[in-house]
Amino acid sequence: MFSRLLSSLIILAAAVSPLAHGEEVVVYSARNEQLIKPVFDAYTRATGVTIRFITDKEGPLMQRLKAEGPNTPADLLLTVDAGNLWQAAEEGLLAPVNSPILQSNVPASLRDPGNRWFGLSVRARTIVYNTDRVRASDLSTYEDLADPKWKGRLCLRTSKKVYNQSLVAMLIAEHGEAKTERIVRGWVANLATDPFADDTKMMEAVAAGQCDVGIGNTYYYGRLMEKKPNLPLALFWPNQQGSGVHVNISGAGVTRYAKNRAGAIRLLEWLSSPDAQNLFADVNLEYPVNPQVKPAPAVAAWGDFKRNPINVAKAGELQAAAVKLMDRAGYK
Amino acid sequence: MSAHALPERKAPSAAFAFFRERGRLSAWRLFTFTLCVLVAIPLLVVASSLLHPDRETWRHLADNVLPELIRHTLLLTLGVSVAAGILGTGLAWLTAVCDFPGRRFFSWSLMLPLALPAYVTGFVLVGLLDFTGPIATLLRQWFGPEVRLPPIRSGGGAALALTLALYPYVYLLARHAFLSQGKRALEVGQSLGLSRRQGFLRIALPLARPWIAGGVALVAMETLADFGTVAVFNYDTFTTGIYKAWYSLFSLPAAAQLASLLILFVFVVLFLEQRLRAGMRYTPTGRSAGRERLVLTGFGRLAAPLFCGAVLTVAFIVPVGQLLWWALGVAAQDLDLRYWAYLGRSLLLAGMAATLITATALLLAYARRQQRGALTDAMVRFATLGYAVPGAVLAIGIYLPIAWFDRLYIGLMGELFGREAGPLLAGTLLAMLSAYLVRFLAVAHEPLAAALQRITPSMDEAARSLGLCSRQLIQRVHLPLLKGGVVTAMILVFVDVMKEMPITLMTRPFGWDTLATRIFEMTSEGEWERAALPAVALLVAGLVPVILLTRQTER
Repeated sequence: MFSRLLSSLIILAAAVSPLAHGEEVVVYSARNEQLIKPVFDAYTRATGVTIRFITDKEGPLMQRLKAEGPNTPADLLLTVDAGNLWQAAEEGLLAPVNSPILQSNVPASLRDPGNRWFGLSVRARTIVYNTDRVRASDLSTYEDLADPKWKGRLCLRTSKKVYNQSLVAMLIAEHGEAKTERIVRGWVANLATDPFADDTKMMEAVAAGQCDVGIGNTYYYGRLMEKKPNLPLALFWPNQQGSGVHVNISGAGVTRYAKNRAGAIRLLEWLSSPDAQNLFADVNLEYPVNPQVKPAPAVAAWGDFKRNPINVAKAGELQAAAVKLMDRAGYK
Repeated sequence: MSAHALPERKAPSAAFAFFRERGRLSAWRLFTFTLCVLVAIPLLVVASSLLHPDRETWRHLADNVLPELIRHTLLLTLGVSVAAGILGTGLAWLTAVCDFPGRRFFSWSLMLPLALPAYVTGFVLVGLLDFTGPIATLLRQWFGPEVRLPPIRSGGGAALALTLALYPYVYLLARHAFLSQGKRALEVGQSLGLSRRQGFLRIALPLARPWIAGGVALVAMETLADFGTVAVFNYDTFTTGIYKAWYSLFSLPAAAQLASLLILFVFVVLFLEQRLRAGMRYTPTGRSAGRERLVLTGFGRLAAPLFCGAVLTVAFIVPVGQLLWWALGVAAQDLDLRYWAYLGRSLLLAGMAATLITATALLLAYARRQQRGALTDAMVRFATLGYAVPGAVLAIGIYLPIAWFDRLYIGLMGELFGREAGPLLAGTLLAMLSAYLVRFLAVAHEPLAAALQRITPSMDEAARSLGLCSRQLIQRVHLPLLKGGVVTAMILVFVDVMKEMPITLMTRPFGWDTLATRIFEMTSEGEWERAALPAVALLVAGLVPVILLTRQTER
């Protein structure tokens, strides 16, 4: 009985195993299905190239690539932050790509200096405030939120989210560890309540008056305001006199053992092109990475801002240091 | 399969000797050993990380976060185990033994929270009871802006959510124990002057101990492995530390080492518990058919349905109501024909896994029965530890050997036949099902082991002295007694596989999305309301078999 079960399983397994036909590119994606499928479908319509993809978290995807080694089916690794791409490159999972198209489409600070990965959309992490309780003129910088005048008025998302780790990593890059730790300790001292599990809940707390200001990604704000347009919430672009707003990327790199390296590069180039940039960024209210492409009208309405020009690779390089610093400072 | 391996002589010791003569004992031992080793490979892969300690990460964690994580974990696990144990056992006693208005309805409906992933219950609770939720907002409007509810994003909140989501494990097992333990012992107790409460505490409860202990063990393991629920409450536990080491500090070795400690801890605790009751005998006292229920009167008659109703409301009706509300809001946008495929795959995977895992667990339980002893106990215990390991870490432990095997196979094909072969295991259902087996063997093992404990050697002897052959023994004695355990095991595994996320994500073939992976897609960027749609679909798909099967066991 058992062997019959086993053999039928193997037949079933074989039945669902893929058969190759036509050109295809295989993508391991930490960006979720509903954000990438429309873009991939458009690519298939335009070029006839099939894209097969599988989604998971970055950590498991990278381990999978590592375990599969030269046998990996994956041509491209797609993530939603720079830190993980940096780590993938660091572990030798990605191969450099020399593409003049990518170099002109993606600004230098939003791609790997070694050309192993490229940003495809920009995610800005900025200050959100309650318009009933705070005037924009009271706000200035991320660092200022550590000032005692914000005592009991600050809401933050958990330090376990990579977006906050990248933000603190960038602060370390700018100020060094000692000063950054003082800033983070200041934030923790100013917290109105324990850190939240996600940005949306944090922003709702700001709107409800549990606290007055918070730090969050703009697309969560966009999504929330689409659903509840009357919330007393607004975005503030901090550090405009200084280093600029902290930005991260969603981006991708060609895997070291890509079976269809040329196809993967073509897909990357297309994704960074004006044809695809709006499709890629707008579906999640993010900013296009290509400077020639304008963001969606709803996103553009939040105004222009100066971005922090430090290379986002720093977010990966300093991520572990940032996490340890936040642990020391008691930022949960 | 197990038929011809059963004792063919009267006394069990003689039977063992018989096996030895014919070499059959070693066959059982070989089977147990092979299975345990296969299932243990992923755990050993995880544990092998101990050979390469990442001292830097360790020092950081030990200095800054580990003491608190351990305290939180012990508190949470203890709290949830005790609360779910009491709640599950109490409800099981009420619906299995007592009689009160609505008992029939509650007896199956109290099982329903099983189909709700704990993190969903958690997310709904936070949404309702946090500062920004409707209840706190109303209270502030009525009684002034300073009014606060106790903080829900806390250890207490996490414990509440986990208890509400996990008590059905205990409920299901304890209920089965009470239903099948017969009433004669209780009657003897009553004739000796014990009150109802004393009868429960001193007779029924001790008799149900293997089942309750099995259920609580599952609850404790699930709590230890949980990441999603505690993340919703931002309550840091040992698992949080594991994922912090891996995802944030980029040190998978440190993560695996922490996980190994967790495995070791669970192993020791479970093994000790098992040894403690190793010497006990659990024999059903009288047939349960035709029994009379304890009819509740007075206060109890009113309180029992109220209590059951309250639990059902908080653990199931409220979360599901919220989910339905959200799902309706996004159905127009998200619901499409692909959902049939998600549903089909979820059901197919869960059905195949439930069959495979229950069958394996049954064989394992029989094997253990054939040769009692500390060594077998330890091997079986180790083979069922996969349930206590955080899912994503176990997924790596599973994927590494799969990838290793494929590499070997592809290399071999290249050398021998000079042709380029694809992977044989990775991305196949076989790999997925093996992974589920490693993860959920414990879930099937606990109810089956408890059920098998009831079938004592003396019963086999008695049956044989009446002239039953092995096949008849199985068909006429064992199967009827095991049926409830098998049904329980299948329900639990079925629902657990449907809810499972990290292993499904890691081992599924391309394009093989299921309802659980749909939930992942939505929640990974915080879109909880859109996640409600697959969650509701999963609920419906999981409930149908649960209700059908429980109806069957209902008496």
